[in-house]
Amino acid sequence: MTDLLEIEGLDVEFPTRRGTVKAARGVGLRVARGEVLGLVGESGAGKSTIGAAIIDLLEPPGRVAGGRIDFQGESLRGRSEAEMRRIRGDRIGMIFQDPQTSLDPLKTIGEQLVETIRKCLGLNEAKAKARAEQLLVDVGITEAKTRLGAYPHQFSGGMRQRVVIALALAGEPDLIIADEPTTALDVSIQAQILDLIKALCRERNVGVIIVTHDIGVIANIADRVCVMYRGEVVETGDVAQILGAPRHEYTRSLIAAVPRADRRLPRFASVDYIEGGASAFRRIDVKTHWLGAAVREAKGEGPALSVAGLDLSFTLRRALLPKNRKMLKAVNDVSFDVAPGETFGIVGESGSGKSTVARIIAGLYKPDAGVVRLMGQDVSTAPRDPKARAARRSLQMIFQDPYSSLNARMRVLDIVAEPIRFFRLAESEAEVRRIVGDLLDHVGLGAAAARRYPHEFSGGQRQRISIARALASRPRILICDEPTSALDVSVQATILNLLRDLQEELGLTMLFISHDLPVIRQMCDRVAVMRHGAICEIAPAERLFEAPGHDYTRHLIDLMPSMDLLEPTPA
Amino acid sequence: MVAFILRRLMQSLLVMLAVSAVSFSLFNFVGDPVNNMVGQDATREQRQQIRVELGLEDPILVQYSRFVGNMVQGEFGVSYRIRRPVEDLIMERLPATLELVFVSAILAMGFGIAAGVYTGIRRNSWLSRVLLSTSLVGVSLPTFIIGIGLIYLFAVHLRILPSSGRSGTVDLGWWKTSLLTREGWASILLPAITLSLFQATMILRLVRAEMMEVMRTDFIKFARARGLSERAVNFGHALKNTLVPVITIIGLNIGNLIAFSVITETVFQWPGTGLMFIQSVDFVDVPIMSAYLVFVALMFVIINLVVDILYVAIDPRIRIGSA
Repeated sequence: MTDLLEIEGLDVEFPTRRGTVKAARGVGLRVARGEVLGLVGESGAGKSTIGAAIIDLLEPPGRVAGGRIDFQGESLRGRSEAEMRRIRGDRIGMIFQDPQTSLDPLKTIGEQLVETIRKCLGLNEAKAKARAEQLLVDVGITEAKTRLGAYPHQFSGGMRQRVVIALALAGEPDLIIADEPTTALDVSIQAQILDLIKALCRERNVGVIIVTHDIGVIANIADRVCVMYRGEVVETGDVAQILGAPRHEYTRSLIAAVPRADRRLPRFASVDYIEGGASAFRRIDVKTHWLGAAVREAKGEGPALSVAGLDLSFTLRRALLPKNRKMLKAVNDVSFDVAPGETFGIVGESGSGKSTVARIIAGLYKPDAGVVRLMGQDVSTAPRDPKARAARRSLQMIFQDPYSSLNARMRVLDIVAEPIRFFRLAESEAEVRRIVGDLLDHVGLGAAAARRYPHEFSGGQRQRISIARALASRPRILICDEPTSALDVSVQATILNLLRDLQEELGLTMLFISHDLPVIRQMCDRVAVMRHGAICEIAPAERLFEAPGHDYTRHLIDLMPSMDLLEPTPA
Repeated sequence: MVAFILRRLMQSLLVMLAVSAVSFSLFNFVGDPVNNMVGQDATREQRQQIRVELGLEDPILVQYSRFVGNMVQGEFGVSYRIRRPVEDLIMERLPATLELVFVSAILAMGFGIAAGVYTGIRRNSWLSRVLLSTSLVGVSLPTFIIGIGLIYLFAVHLRILPSSGRSGTVDLGWWKTSLLTREGWASILLPAITLSLFQATMILRLVRAEMMEVMRTDFIKFARARGLSERAVNFGHALKNTLVPVITIIGLNIGNLIAFSVITETVFQWPGTGLMFIQSVDFVDVPIMSAYLVFVALMFVIINLVVDILYVAIDPRIRIGSA
């Protein structure tokens, strides 16, 4: 049987002013009909570049510098733009990552489908319309006829991704390249979309390449796997072999870094193979250092953080008459206590209100009702009270997106020093600088980073800057809102290790918010499960995973990608 | 949709009331209208009599409501200088200004959008570079210099277009137009180009920036990956998505064209409302000034209303939010 797609020795180059960057070097892979090939790797591995190179849509100035790309026995290299246009959509379909942005917001999905079908299959308007309707049915969208007239924003994320898949299938392609098709989706939707892709692959006997950084996705859907690292394929093989008995050292460390959902480990396996991970910097002794001062002064009585009866509604539609108003109850009667030194997790899907709770506690939103107490001090009813202000200082927040949460125009020194200066926690400017240097050393970034600007750092390093900044006001409570969901798994492991170490040393109380159940299991002592703004269940982490009490919790746990394949297979 | 338009109309009404208040206060604070109307030797009694006749002795709110009432009926009083009703003067001059603004807006949009799309898509072609660098001239040179330069080149040197004035008009009874004769077009061309140059540059740069932004989006990549033709991608998907911000700016700029036509009309001695306004400033002709103020504000309000309605027509997401 000949392969559908065969790539050999593929080189992709991006000429830049500072020399040529090789995004792919000697890449070889093959896909057969009815097979799902997983292309896995971390950011910068060049996995998306391969997909773009196949259909000749590399971002300029990128170009294919060498190698073979054979599709159904014919070479795809050196084709004219017009020839490639007949291949794109007709014979090779693409699915992109973010369903929010892959559809033209100003056209109905019917218009977009009909346009593509007419181009690919040469049908007339009426036939194309009937075909579009059938496609929507195929990807599991009900009431297809009326939905054709809807605009993308009228669909939920998962439904939009179904529309994207329908568009990719419109030209009846033989190969589908899916670039991170489920990364932007909730777990429950993710499982549905993966099932859909797998089913379509089998029914239509098409080849599928799934590009992803997520080992869980690979474990769920792929038949064979290619592991990429820095532009090279380091290992190719059967999915069970790659995940169960990886041969290459990189694959081994990558898989070790994946948070386990099935049991709790004391620490994440350190990923030595990956550079820029655990680098050894001087660590300070918090017992004597400025940073530890608040720990030594702390008197432990009662919960560190306590919220009771929080309510918050957002107005979706303003109107004069109350019956026309539309409100969204984002947080509905949320109460919990967090003991000093405890890590309390909040888990839920997007829209469950978990981030909103964090923001209420941090004082970014004012609740409609309810009380927030930090170290026993009510901070929500009279936020301007000096006592409340002082209590607020003991709380700091680490945000999800390391790219937008640091001021790009400030040096790292000033970013980290800002809370120290603002709260006058140091005697002199010289001391401020010394403390900032110590903090940067302590979070594993090195004091030399102080002179640089945020854009010079990678996502993981930026998150370390955020952590240093949060520590700079000597907090007792740390709110981490999805602190690692924008990071690669190996980086995630090092950041989570760092957070744990800090918590242990400083006795920090942590509120840890995540949609990622395995991460929650590794990090948290107790967990609250949220849905539609309300808490379904609060339980110690281990009990929650072993014996979930609420139906919704059970549902979420069932949806976690199975990691059975990660168990080493007896050789 | 209807509720949305009604709400916008209400807001427009409020704006117009605020402007009319400013315009009304001109009468009370800029000079003494009586002084402007009577001779040096008028007696105190004569002055007082005129004040009563003009209603200047009434309470301020009564005066203001009378002012608004007259304004709504299109009455703006009598020009101090020319001694004719202001509304007649404006109606005589308005066609000239509106035609000038209309022609230059068409020029600015036609050139600006076409060149913006071109330079946005073919970023590195030599034509794009030439367009971008020459367009800098459009923003950096003051309007009157461009006007004088054009007059020198086309009227004095080449002698193919008239240097100033508005000739070749045809009277349609209610509107004197210069767009029906060759002569009329010849006389409107230079001022319209002068007036449009700055706007064209703005639109070019805005459309280019928006196009480049949109070309980077996922849905454009996805459209390409489906093999859609260049034309469908560039015009069907990309251009339409640049329109919302572009329309905002174009709308505000057409308002500016009306307001800034003052300079162009002066340079080309174009008999429009702008020229009339400048002349009335010289003579502290308050009725004309205040009427002009109201008129410009009305134009802005109408254009913005049209822009808002266009938004809704273009972007379905706005429909949901406001309906």
